[in-house]
Amino acid sequence: MAIVERDIRTSEDAPRVNYLNNGYGLKSWLLTKDHKRIAVLYIISISIFFALGGLFASLVRFELMTPEGDLMSSDTYNKVFSMHGIIMVFFFLVPSIPATIGNFLVPIMVGAKDLAFPRVNLLSWYVYVVAGILGTIAVVGGGVDTGWTFYTPYSSTYSNSNVILTAMAAFLAGFSSILTGLNFVVTIHTMRAPGMTWFRLPLFVWSHYATSLIMLLGTPVIAITLVLLMLERGFGFGFFDPNLGGDPVLFQHLFWFYSHPAVYIMILPSMGVMSEMVACVARKRVFGYEFVAFSSVAIAILGFLVWGHHMFVSSQSTYAGMVFSVITFLVAVPSAIKTFNWTATLYKGSIVFDTPMFYVYGYLGLFLVGGLTGLFLSSMGLDIHLHDTYFVVAHFHYIMVGGQVMGYLGGMHFWWPKITGKMYPDIWGRVSALLVFLGFNLTFFPQFILGYMGMPRRYHVYPDEFQVLNVASSLGASILALGYLIPGAYLTWSIFKGPKAPDNPWGAKGLEWETTSPPPTFNFDETPLVTEEAYQYGPIEEH
Amino acid sequence: MADHAAHRDHPHGLAHQFEDMPQQKESAVIGMWSFLITEILFFGGFFATYLIYRSYYPYAFFEGSSHLDILLGGINTAVLIVSSLTMAMAVHESHSGNKKRIMVYLILTGILGLTFLVIKYFEYSSKVEHGLVPGLVWHPHGEYSPQLALFFSLYFGMTGMHALHMVVGIGLLTWVFVKTAQGTYTAEYNAPIEIFGLYWHFVDIVWIFLFPLLYLLGTQGGH
Repeated sequence: MAIVERDIRTSEDAPRVNYLNNGYGLKSWLLTKDHKRIAVLYIISISIFFALGGLFASLVRFELMTPEGDLMSSDTYNKVFSMHGIIMVFFFLVPSIPATIGNFLVPIMVGAKDLAFPRVNLLSWYVYVVAGILGTIAVVGGGVDTGWTFYTPYSSTYSNSNVILTAMAAFLAGFSSILTGLNFVVTIHTMRAPGMTWFRLPLFVWSHYATSLIMLLGTPVIAITLVLLMLERGFGFGFFDPNLGGDPVLFQHLFWFYSHPAVYIMILPSMGVMSEMVACVARKRVFGYEFVAFSSVAIAILGFLVWGHHMFVSSQSTYAGMVFSVITFLVAVPSAIKTFNWTATLYKGSIVFDTPMFYVYGYLGLFLVGGLTGLFLSSMGLDIHLHDTYFVVAHFHYIMVGGQVMGYLGGMHFWWPKITGKMYPDIWGRVSALLVFLGFNLTFFPQFILGYMGMPRRYHVYPDEFQVLNVASSLGASILALGYLIPGAYLTWSIFKGPKAPDNPWGAKGLEWETTSPPPTFNFDETPLVTEEAYQYGPIEEH
Repeated sequence: MADHAAHRDHPHGLAHQFEDMPQQKESAVIGMWSFLITEILFFGGFFATYLIYRSYYPYAFFEGSSHLDILLGGINTAVLIVSSLTMAMAVHESHSGNKKRIMVYLILTGILGLTFLVIKYFEYSSKVEHGLVPGLVWHPHGEYSPQLALFFSLYFGMTGMHALHMVVGIGLLTWVFVKTAQGTYTAEYNAPIEIFGLYWHFVDIVWIFLFPLLYLLGTQGGH
């Protein structure tokens, strides 16, 4: 393959063979083993689910414009918010960055030709698609109304909606993310190019390593939990049914043993994106590289020890609650290390005002608010007041949307020239980043206040005095929607009409910028030899 | 796991993304171990559930264990341990690439695996006959009936999931066997046999934990 490519490069008018023009048929995409093409397949599929989840979100915000439940019945509303949550969590947020940008970049960043198991990678996409189809059938066939948490005994005994089908879909989506995580772990261990030591890895790779550990250790537990739920609902086994001696709280323990670490699946990859972008926009090595790297691993480990903070008001003992509360506070330490180190990187940096920088700043602000309000919720006494209110809703949206979605969009803008080989109009990128930031804050900040005032989540009827803040939130949601639609438009436009991207449009460091845009099928013409640390911007700094 | 795309100057069996055979083998082995870790956590959910309910309802679970056939369970344990031995022998032979011997040991492993499933089938049917299948046929009416149902829910859930892994294992074994017969594996390229062996031993070890927990703990008292 490498020989063929070199021949083509010598003839100047022929376009260079890259992963995009190396075969055009449908078969060359659907049976591809190229991690970059699979990443593109993932980008298309998760975008569909992001749009679908967004549609349900807008229905929620429409309904909440008025205090009366006038747009839909309570049952319909239950289904709408459940499907918003299930689609966004299992079909968008979990695969969002790892399966797309991560899939594209991890092999290139370590200097490999592909992931360790290309066929397993393709399999993970197909499993995701089957999960997506099952999920869609469940939605079309009447939906599901359990909330994304599937709490028993409601989900196992009382709900009349498509619980088994949806649980099956979530189970398969989880399996797909296990395969992605497994591929990353092995690739990072065994496929690094000569000279690419662990501490020369870009921080993006470190954060994906930590994410993969969570995928490997957490996801099987949600899988077994959903299997137990399906067995109970399908065959009448009484695992969680108090009438048969089962314990519904056990479901909550098992569920959160995965789903709390999963929250970090929904933030760690975006932290990796931020580390790359911060270094580039500030033209500096990330401050305290080792600390940022190990803080990712620390978040992954601590993430497994805090699930009980979702259960302060369940039958969990107060002493267990205290332990969970203390460990939850500890998670703030590695998160703060990251935030401080990014800020320290920006300090005295030579900052470039491109679209990625807008996302970096937006992310820092939103993650700060999301992280600090997490401390409110980890205090047991305060949590009893705030539990199941809009305060919680606002908090996790600041992390998941303000964090992961900002990271995803920022990353897409940063690496778009590399992925597609085309440039987008930077001014539109900046405008949309600004809209997302403003729209997001207008949507979710009022929800902190609503929650503090006592508005519970998951109800579509509320007292009149909450209306002003709810209308503000819905207004913000429409601005946010605009902020998401505009990039969809100009990024699509750029694929067809955008100017050709240079190999390294941002002047960034890293192996992915040393290959062509878009990269050739095997990423590099020759296996790269790594001779320096990551992020050697400008003159080599002392550290 | 390996890809068979033919490349010039590439050793037989080396997939395009790897530089050399040791790298490929290391990747395959780490990949399978990582997968087995996910399996441990998967079964871990079952084991945790079982142990928690066992501590809630010790008497019902003692009674549940006494309904299980220790003889058949014991034979099955022996069958699986021997199958692990034959599997280990197959892996051992694969290092020298002795095709005939690998095939013999794989066949023995497959026969033992099927024996396990046949015995399991007879155990399951006797539970159906005695009405000990919660949600399907349930006869007990005693004091502990609901908790006993919980025991049997877990029994069927855990052994059923284990049996499903056995079925998958026999499917994989057939595939490895066919590949061996075709002469795919050599002394240099034998990672698929080795990582399949890891899977087989894992499924075996799960049973080594299931057997005492489900069958043996009940015999120590409680009545």
